[in-house]
Amino acid sequence: MMDFFATHGNELIIKSWEHLYISVAAILLGVLVAIPLGILLSRAPNFADRFISFVGILQTIPSLAILAFFIPILGVGKLPAIIALFFYSLLPILRNTYIGIRDVNPGVVEAGKGMGMSALQSIIKVEFPMALPVIMAGVRLSTVYLIGWATLAAFIGGGGLGDFIFDGLNLYQPSLIIAGTVPATILALIADRLLANLENRMTPEGLKDSYETV
Amino acid sequence: MLEFHDVTKRYGNGKPAVNNLNLTIEKGEFVCFIGPSGCGKTTTMKMVNRLIDVTEGAILVDGKNIKEQDPVELRRSIGYVIQQIGLMPHMTIRENIVLVGTLLKWRKEKKDERARELIKLVNLPEEYLDKYPHELSGGQQQRIGVLRALAANPPLILMDEPFGALDPITRDALQEEFKKLQRELNKTIVFVTHDMDEALKLGDRIVIMKDGEIVQVDTPEEILRNPANEFVEEFLGKDRLIQGRPDVTTVGQIMNSTPITVKIGTTLKAAITKMRDERVDSLLITDSDNVLRGFLDIESINNNYKKASTVEEVMETDIYSVSQDSLLRDAIHKILRRGAQYVPIVDEGHRLVGIVTRATLATLVYDTIWGDGTEFEEIVAHAE
Ligand SMILES: Nc1ncnc2c1ncn2[C@@H]1O[C@H](COP(=O)(O)OP(=O)(O)OP(=O)(O)O)[C@@H](O)[C@H]1O
Ligand SMILES: [Mg+2]
Repeated sequence: MMDFFATHGNELIIKSWEHLYISVAAILLGVLVAIPLGILLSRAPNFADRFISFVGILQTIPSLAILAFFIPILGVGKLPAIIALFFYSLLPILRNTYIGIRDVNPGVVEAGKGMGMSALQSIIKVEFPMALPVIMAGVRLSTVYLIGWATLAAFIGGGGLGDFIFDGLNLYQPSLIIAGTVPATILALIADRLLANLENRMTPEGLKDSYETV
Repeated sequence: MLEFHDVTKRYGNGKPAVNNLNLTIEKGEFVCFIGPSGCGKTTTMKMVNRLIDVTEGAILVDGKNIKEQDPVELRRSIGYVIQQIGLMPHMTIRENIVLVGTLLKWRKEKKDERARELIKLVNLPEEYLDKYPHELSGGQQQRIGVLRALAANPPLILMDEPFGALDPITRDALQEEFKKLQRELNKTIVFVTHDMDEALKLGDRIVIMKDGEIVQVDTPEEILRNPANEFVEEFLGKDRLIQGRPDVTTVGQIMNSTPITVKIGTTLKAAITKMRDERVDSLLITDSDNVLRGFLDIESINNNYKKASTVEEVMETDIYSVSQDSLLRDAIHKILRRGAQYVPIVDEGHRLVGIVTRATLATLVYDTIWGDGTEFEEIVAHAE
């Protein structure tokens, strides 16, 4: 154990950092794209259901296949890894945004409209804040998955903790496999906690009680 | 104020939901729309603030066709209270009340001031402004819903079954409160309801609708007296039609026939004792033939106690009375209009035969609302 840290300690820290970097970059991209898209979809519910099933089907393509698919297009390295992972982050966020917005009490939305809110005001002041807990749950789920999947980035030269796992597999060294898996799991758990916290803080005051009792 | 000209609304290609509606509502009028479910009440109302588009015809607010106004601006200038309460759960009561102010970009101080002003109208403490809707009872939330519609002081307010989801006692209280508020603020109100009692109680005029068309528009009295057709009669119900003819009831039938009196010649001291024993603040004074001569109240005794010794020296002789054969309806009007606490009832010879007090009227009203007295007592017992 000590031996391992002596030889791989530095590397472990660098790889963990890379890992986090890839995952967070992918998630941020996912949030930036999926939330507005989810809001747009909520304006066209007929189309939305079909679109979301379609994205769902895309996501059943094995991750390795997607990663391999990106090599000819984007080459190897961090960028293709981030882009591939970004695709995986989309669905949970997209679906939760859409459902969150769709399930906002229609009476409240109508009241807002009847008071004279423009469509944009209604989204910013009513629909988005009220859907926020559900949206955040999607982001959280996405993040946890992505930190796990990011180990595959190593496969296309993206680096991260996956490097340990692949080395371990190639060299038949179980300790390296563990060195890749355990920190990834820990990262995922920490991210989950942090986001749970954030979710709680971003839930509008007046929704907290009703939301917690659900 | 609000005019409908040949207004028709069709959803898709089917039967029109509202068909060729014509109606003019005056400023300050309280108009109730009533009719069976699906008859087009909500549709009619939502066309006014353009939540629903008119298919044919025109709606004019203050002489201007709403079609030519920006829908968002239009809605900010019309108060709106919806069927479900529709308060924003993520906003404080303050933010909810002045929502339209926020949309109109009022300064913060102006919003604060307005919120405090409004919450006073419904007798809720100012601390409530910082609460969230889920911390309030249904009745309190609905009061806030009404205040929200009043925030920007719109001359016209649309209300779609605002009290529909409340229990009968809260609803009753809110109706009273709201009617009073409306008289004070002089708003034009379009009020949709399912509940005939509510319409009769609140409306200056009632619009009865069926299948997207107006069946009758009239004052509550007129509708009760002359229902336009069988549909209206059925809708009113037999009970109400009978109650709606208080014309046949005379004052003599409902009066309290044991008024508290003293005879001419009684000393002031004895009169005061009687007042105290009977727990009244006013005595009727009769002579030996039981003819009503005047009345005496605590105030005049207080003022003259030193100077006078018998009741006739201080009694008020300019007393207003009603004949026992007069119609209940007229008597009620007189009492209410004069703001009197009671009115003595006399026979042809001006002899005192009874008294009608506000309490008598209240009992009468309760009986009308809740059937006979025993039933009412049960309800009270439940409420406690
Ligand atoms: N968005 C819509 N699309 C199609 N038809 C509609 C729509 N809204 C209402 N309708 C139909 O129009 C008719 C009138 O509906 P409206 O909501 O105005 O009735 P209402 O009198 O308010 O009824 P309630 O007392 O139940 O609220 C009904 O037959 C209803 O089915
Ligand atoms: Mg309706």
